[in-house]
Amino acid sequence: MRYLSKRKYAVIFLMASFLFPLTSHAESISAERQATLKHLLIQDCGSCHGLRMKGGLGPALTPGDIADKPKEGLVATIIHGRPGTAMPPWAALLTDQEATWLIDQLLQGVSP
Amino acid sequence: MRKRLCITPLFALALSACSLTSVQEEPRGTGDLGVVIERAAGNVLIVEHTNNQAIARVEGLGDLSHASVVFSRDERYAYVFGRDGGLTKVDLLKQRIDKRIIQGGNSIGGAISQDGRLIAVGNYEPGGVKIFTADTLELVADIPATAIADGSKNSRVVGMVDAPGQKFLVSLFDTGEIWIIDFSDSAADAPTVSRFTDIGKQPYDSMLTPEGRYYIAGLFGEDGLAMLDLWNPEQGVTRILDGYGKGNQALPVYKMPHLEGWTVADNQAFVPGVGHHQVLVIDTQTWQQSKAIEMVGQPVFVMARPDARQIWVNFAYPDNQYVQVIDSQTKEVIKTIEPGPGVLHMEFTPRGEHIWISVRDRNEVQVWDTQTLEHLYTLEADNPSGIFFTNRAHRIGL
Ligand code: HEC
Repeated sequence: MRYLSKRKYAVIFLMASFLFPLTSHAESISAERQATLKHLLIQDCGSCHGLRMKGGLGPALTPGDIADKPKEGLVATIIHGRPGTAMPPWAALLTDQEATWLIDQLLQGVSP
Repeated sequence: MRKRLCITPLFALALSACSLTSVQEEPRGTGDLGVVIERAAGNVLIVEHTNNQAIARVEGLGDLSHASVVFSRDERYAYVFGRDGGLTKVDLLKQRIDKRIIQGGNSIGGAISQDGRLIAVGNYEPGGVKIFTADTLELVADIPATAIADGSKNSRVVGMVDAPGQKFLVSLFDTGEIWIIDFSDSAADAPTVSRFTDIGKQPYDSMLTPEGRYYIAGLFGEDGLAMLDLWNPEQGVTRILDGYGKGNQALPVYKMPHLEGWTVADNQAFVPGVGHHQVLVIDTQTWQQSKAIEMVGQPVFVMARPDARQIWVNFAYPDNQYVQVIDSQTKEVIKTIEPGPGVLHMEFTPRGEHIWISVRDRNEVQVWDTQTLEHLYTLEADNPSGIFFTNRAHRIGL
């Protein structure tokens, strides 16, 4: 357990040093909110897209699957959902900026 | 009641078991054992509900998001179906993996046949059903699902259950079908498959009523449920509860509800209202809705205590910290409890005096008394999800 939490710190440190300057949106999403969003992505999006984003009821969302799709479209899918499919609209729970942040995470690859 | 877990690296490749108590030298039964899925780490905890403790951790089961479990009829082996297409046979007595195969790319659940000799798995990717021998996990039959309209791939398969007469039933999510896969003719090389088409859009999960007669599929793409009467299959699939489903002004569905554990008490079935903060009560004589019970969130599991006197309900995000208990007679919520964030699953002890609740974000499995509705014990578990006790071995349609 010790080891894992050390590893987590390392990950957070890495994120802090590399990701923050790259993602313009991150500045205004608090670190606490980011942790909540990351958790939501893996656990709740993961319940349809797979904990490792390799797909399930929803399609796979690994970097290879979404890298060449227009980002605005992906963000819009999160916010508005896709009517007639199981993809729900998240507008009540997420802002556009947060949805963009989630897509950035997916583009970098997430793992539980 | 807390036991100290021995800590092993969670990422160890070895398929090892880490005994939390010493392996029993005395012969023992398995009727009070079960498994808890540690979904992120890919482990299962072997638990024992006589003393409310974890007795071993078995590692190396792969991606266990959305894992489900069935048991051999001697209640010694647990078959764990993983998201990554893994099928793992775990020996509860030796506390280790007996056999593990990767049988598909992406699967959601399986079933064990009436005679206990066959294990069937429903796969998303590649869409279809695979059947294995229960003892050695050798492939017996591979039945691809119907191709989707553009021919690019086969339909995903959901809602796998076993049914009397050596049958398995499944639903095809993308092509809207229900299949009966019949192994009753043991002389034949292959099973017979009866296909019911146009049953409705996007069946996402199914259940078999406890006596094994009605197979009912929830439809995501439209209102109502698709029902097949296995006593009269020639009558085909009928639609019941036309108002059921997403209905008017449904809320976004953040998590698909499960139909497993439908309760039939007093000719009343209790089912999750899709996209509503409601549990619906259905009269099983007429298959009409008789009541809607208001809840704190969108129900995921709606499960009856074995005596059917209480119905326990957990919820989708963002209300997944709560569990509510319904009195099956008055059909009112008698208590709302808050086990903690991320309540994912519940399992009653065989005769229902306790319920075990997995609380993912607290890394806990909690044991509650169903009479006093008090929290009794806590077990540590790493991101626990499904809880499965061995008495499932002798229930039809799981
Ligand atoms: C209840 C199931 C479900 C949940 C929960 C869910 N999705 Fe989806 N998602 C789907 C389905 C199904 C589709 C495919 C829709 C279609 O067929 O067009 C989809 C599509 C998508 C797409 C578009 C992919 C593409 O290739 O076009 C993105 C991006 C996405 N989801 C992100 C998310 C995120 C982020 C979350 C969590 C905030 C989430 N989803 C939660 C079911 C779900």
